[in-house]
Amino acid sequence: MISDQFPALIIVFPLIIAFFINIVGWWWKRPCFYMSMLALSVSFISAVGILNTVISKGTIHYRLGGWEPPWGIEYVVDHLNALILVIVSFVGLVVGIYSKKSIEKEISEAKIPQFYTIYTLLVMGLLGMTVTGDAFNLYVLLEIASLASYALIALGEDGAPLASFNYVIMGTIGACFYLLGVGYLYIVTGSLNMADLSQLLPNLYHSKAVLVAFAFLMVGVAIKMAFFPLHIWLPDAYTHAPSAVSAFVAGTMTKVGAYVMIRVMFTIFKPYFSTEMLPATTILGWIAAAAMIYGCILAIAQKDIKRMLCYIIIAEVGYIVMGVSVGNRMGFTGAVLHIVNDAFMMACLFLVVGAVYYKTGARTIGEYKALFKKMPLTSGSFAIGALSVIGIPPTCGFFSKWYLVLGAINAQQWLFAAALLVSSLLSAVVFFRVLQNIFFAPSESAHGHESETHVEIKRDEAPASMLIPIFITVAGILLLGAYSGQIISTIIQFTVPEGF
Amino acid sequence: MEYIIAKYNYWVYIVLMMIGFYAMIGKRNLVKKLLGMNVFQWAIILYYVSIASKKGGATIPIVMGAHGHYEPAQAIQYLNPLPHCLMLTAIVVGVSTTGVALALIIMIHRRYKTLEEDEILESLEAFRK
Amino acid sequence: MEIIYSSRPALAILVSLIGAFLILLTGERSRNLREFWTVLASVVKFSIVLSMAPLILDGKVIEYTVFSISPGLSIQFKVDALGIIFGLTASFLWIITSFYSIGYVRSLKEHAQTRYFVCFAIALSATMGVAFSANMFTTFLFYEIITVCTYPLVAHKETPEAIRGARKYLTYLLGTSIAFQLLAVFLTYYVSGSLDFKYDGLLSGAVVSGVSKTLLTVMFILYMAGITKAAMMPLHSWLPAAMVAPTPVSALLHAVAVVKTGVFVVVKVCLHIFGINLLTQLGLGTALAYFASFTIIVASVIALTQDNLKLRLAYSTISQLSYVILGVALLTPSAITGSIMHITLHAFGKITLFFTAGAIYVATHKTKVSELDGIGRQMPFTMGAFTLGALSMIGIPPLGGFISKWYLSLGAIEANQFPIIIVLAASTILNACYFIPIVYAAFFKEPATNPDPHHHKHENSHKKFHEAPALMVVPLVLTAIGALILFFAPTFFLDMTRIALKSVIGGN
Repeated sequence: MISDQFPALIIVFPLIIAFFINIVGWWWKRPCFYMSMLALSVSFISAVGILNTVISKGTIHYRLGGWEPPWGIEYVVDHLNALILVIVSFVGLVVGIYSKKSIEKEISEAKIPQFYTIYTLLVMGLLGMTVTGDAFNLYVLLEIASLASYALIALGEDGAPLASFNYVIMGTIGACFYLLGVGYLYIVTGSLNMADLSQLLPNLYHSKAVLVAFAFLMVGVAIKMAFFPLHIWLPDAYTHAPSAVSAFVAGTMTKVGAYVMIRVMFTIFKPYFSTEMLPATTILGWIAAAAMIYGCILAIAQKDIKRMLCYIIIAEVGYIVMGVSVGNRMGFTGAVLHIVNDAFMMACLFLVVGAVYYKTGARTIGEYKALFKKMPLTSGSFAIGALSVIGIPPTCGFFSKWYLVLGAINAQQWLFAAALLVSSLLSAVVFFRVLQNIFFAPSESAHGHESETHVEIKRDEAPASMLIPIFITVAGILLLGAYSGQIISTIIQFTVPEGF
Repeated sequence: MEYIIAKYNYWVYIVLMMIGFYAMIGKRNLVKKLLGMNVFQWAIILYYVSIASKKGGATIPIVMGAHGHYEPAQAIQYLNPLPHCLMLTAIVVGVSTTGVALALIIMIHRRYKTLEEDEILESLEAFRK
Repeated sequence: MEIIYSSRPALAILVSLIGAFLILLTGERSRNLREFWTVLASVVKFSIVLSMAPLILDGKVIEYTVFSISPGLSIQFKVDALGIIFGLTASFLWIITSFYSIGYVRSLKEHAQTRYFVCFAIALSATMGVAFSANMFTTFLFYEIITVCTYPLVAHKETPEAIRGARKYLTYLLGTSIAFQLLAVFLTYYVSGSLDFKYDGLLSGAVVSGVSKTLLTVMFILYMAGITKAAMMPLHSWLPAAMVAPTPVSALLHAVAVVKTGVFVVVKVCLHIFGINLLTQLGLGTALAYFASFTIIVASVIALTQDNLKLRLAYSTISQLSYVILGVALLTPSAITGSIMHITLHAFGKITLFFTAGAIYVATHKTKVSELDGIGRQMPFTMGAFTLGALSMIGIPPLGGFISKWYLSLGAIEANQFPIIIVLAASTILNACYFIPIVYAAFFKEPATNPDPHHHKHENSHKKFHEAPALMVVPLVLTAIGALILFFAPTFFLDMTRIALKSVIGGN
C-alpha cells in the first residue's frame, strides 16, 4: 500500500523531483515552478496521510530498507512529528504558490530553476528532520536544510550575501555542536537510534560524557532555533532574504529547531533528566523569559518591518521554550500548540510584508502610511496576524498563550506568567504602531471632513496568486483558534511526555 | 600526566576546535573565518575517527584473504567502521558547506571588492543612506 | 430555574455581524442601501432580544453553547435577567443611534462612512456577546473585540489629536485588560478550575476550601483594575481622551455600550464570580464602595471645571458609572436593584445629553458651554431634551434617574453606610451645579453678540429658529421622552431586576 510508504515518500519524492527541476531548468524555465509545487503537494498529502494513520493507529515505525534498528535507520512518527510534518509541508506549499510572482521580481530569471530546486530541498530537509528517528540522520537532514537556507537567503537584496555568510558560520557551529553531542552519546552507548538511546542512557545519566553530550546538543539546537542569546544570525539573515524565503523559514525553521529540542529533552533523554537531575529546565525557563522580553523590546526599536518581525520570532521561540521548561502538561500543550500557531502567524505576517514590498516597495513603518486605502485586504490580513501575535481571542495566538500562562501558574512560576503578559503588552505596542500607520494616516488638516482635497489613493491590491496564500494563512489562524480544543484532544494531548 | 597522554586524541581535537572557533569569531577577513570553520569541522571529524580505534593493534576493517573463505571475522581485530562511515557523510557535508561559503565569498567580493568584514559593513551602511 | 436551549442569543450577535458584512459589501455605492442595512440589523437585533424577554420574565434562563475549546473554556451564552436588561437597553438605543448617526454623518459630510458603520455594527455585536455570556472567557473575548473595533471609531476623524486620543484609549483599555483582567481570569481558572458565572458566586466556597484570602483579594483588585471600561479612577483618563470621536460614537459607545459593558462586567464579577457572601467575608464590598464614592465626587468636581461640553459630559459619565459600582459594592438588595436600574436609566439620560451636544455642534459648530447662551431659543427641542436628560442625571422626579438614586439611597441605609448617603447627596448637588447653569444660560440668557469668526453661514444664528436636521432631533427627543416614561412605567425593568436579584440572593 502506498500509504505505508508515506514516511519515505515524503522525503524521497521531493528529493528526486529537485534533481529533475535542476536538469529541466537548463532548457525550459516554466515547468520548474510546477514541478516544485507537485513535489510539495505530494509531501503535503503524505503528511496528512501520516497524521491520519498516527491518529487512528498510534506511532508509526518505518524502517528504511527493512533493516531493523539499531542497525538500520528508522523513521518514527508519533503525534508530535505528524503534526509538525503537516504544518511544515502546508506552509511550504502555501509559500511556494506565493513565491511565483514575488521571486520573479526579486531574483534574476536565470536563477529561477535553481531557486525552486533549492526551495524543494529546503522543505524536504525540514520534513526529514521531523520524521527521522535516528540522531545522526537528523544531523544530515539538518545540514541539508541549513545549506539550502544559506543559499536561498543569499539570493536576497543588498546585504544578503554577508548576512548569509554570518549565518553559515553560526549555523555550522550549531550543527557541529549537535554532531559532537551525538558523537559523545555514540561513544557511551554505541547506538544512534533515538529510541534505543532512550533505553540505554538512563543507566549512564551520572557519567560526565552524557552530561557533556546533553550540553552540546542543547547549545547546538539553541543556535539553530535562534534562542536568545544565540539568535544573532537571525535578524540580518531573515531581513535581507527574498520575501518568499523569509516567509517560509520564519514560520518553520525555528519551529523545527524547537521540535528537535523537545526530542532531545524528552525522547532521547528521559524527562526527569532535564527536570530533576539537572536544573536544565529552570535555566531554560529564565533564558526564555529573557528572550520574550528582549525580542519584544528590540522589535519596538526597529523601523524596518521585516526586521521588527524577526525580533518577534525571537520572542516567539522564547514562548515555546518557556512552555517546555515549566514541566507540566498545560505548559507543554501550550508549547506544542504555539509551534503550530506560530508557523501560521509568522507565515501570514511575512507574506503580507512581502506582498506590500512587491506592490509598493515599502519596507519601513513610515512607508506603510495609509496602506489600507491602497491594499485593504492585505492590511486586514496583517491586522489579523498582528492580533494573533498579541494574543487576542478568537485568533489562535490567544489559545496557545492561555495554555502557556496556565502552565506557568500551575508550576508556581509567577515571574514567567508575568513575563508572558508583559511581552503580550509589548507586542501590542509593537503592532499597534504599525496598524495605526496603516489604517489611520494622520492628515495635516484639523478637520476630518470628506470635502477636502487630498490625493485620491487608488485601490491596487496584490495579485491573486499572492493574496490567496495570505488568505489561506489567515483562515488558518482563525480556524486553528476555533479548533484548538479538538487539536489538543486528538493530537497534542498524546505528545505530552509521561510523568507530566 | 597519564590522563593527558592516554587521551591525547581528545586534547588534540579540543585544541583544534578552539583554534577554529577563535578564527571564526575573532578574525575579520571572511576567508580566515571560512578557514576557521573548516578547522572546526575537521577537528570534530578527527575526533570521531579517533574514537573508532581499539586497543590491541586493531587494523582497518578489510578482511585479509577472505576471498573464497567463509570464516566469521573477529570483530576485535578490526576498527569500528561505523564512525568512519558517519564521518564520510560529515566530510561531504563539510565540503558542501565550504563550497557554499566560498560561493558567497566570491559574490561578496564581486559586489564590495573587499573581504574584510568591517569594510563591507561600512559600504553597506553608506549604501543604505 | 428552568433552562431553555435556544440559539437566539447567538442569533442576536450574528445579526449585526451579517449586517456589518453587508454594509462592507455595499460600501459607498449606495449610501441609502448601506444605511438601510444598519437600521435593519438594529431592528432585527432588538426584536430578537425582545423576544427572549418574556421567557426571562417567567423566570426561565436561555442557554446556548457555541463551542467548547476545552473543559472550562468554552464560548457559551446564558441569557438571564441581568443580561436581558443590558441587552435590551443597548439594542434599543442602537436603533435610535443609527438614525442619529446617519443624520450626523451626512450633515457633516464625514469621510470613511462605511468603516464607521461597519465598526459600529461589530461593536454592538460584541456588546450583545458580553451581555449574554455565560462565563468569564466569553466575556473576555467579546470585551477585547469591543476594544479593538471601537478603536477605529475613536480615531475616526484622523486628525493628530484624534489619533493621539485613540492611542490613549487603546493603551488604557488593551493594556489593563491584558495585564490585569487576563491575569485575574487565569487565576480564577487556577483556583476554581472553571470560569462559569454561578448565581451564588463561582468562588463562594473558596475560603472554605482553603484558598488564601490574600490571593482572592489580589484577584479582586486585578479584576477591578482590569475592567477599565468602567472608568473607575485612577484608570479613567481614556474616557475624556475618547471624546475626540464623533458625537454619535461618544453617545452610544461611551454612554451606553463601552462603559456600560465595563460596569456590567463589574456587576457580574462581583455577583456571579465572587458572590455577595465572599465579598462580605473579605470586606471588599466596603473598600470598593469607598473607591467608587471617591470617583463619584472627584469626577463631578472635575466636570464643574470643564468648559468643553463633551468633556463635561464625559466626566459626568465617569461619575455616574461609579453609581452602578457603588450600588453593587454595598451588597444589599435595594442597592443592587438601584445599580442595575441605573444601567438603563443613565443610558437613556446620558445618550440624550450626548445627542444634544452633537446636534448643537452640527447646527452651530459650538463646542463650549460658555458659547451656549441663548441657544435654547434657537433650538428649543434640542435644549428641551437636554433639560430632561439633565434632570434625569440629577435625579429629580418625574425623570427616571430618580428611581435609581432612590434605591441606591435605600441600599446605603440597609447597609448601614451613612457616609454613602452623604456622598449620594453631595453628588446630586454637584450634578445640579454643572447641569443647571447650562439649562439656565440656554433659555434665559441673551445670545452672545459677536459671531464666531470661523463660521459664515450663521447670519441667522442669533435670532431665528435653527434646529439640527430632523434625523438628529427626533432621536434625541425620543430618548428624552424615554427617560420620562421610565419614571412612570418602570415595572418591566423593576421586575427583571427583581428576578436577577432573586437568583443572586436566593430567597432573601
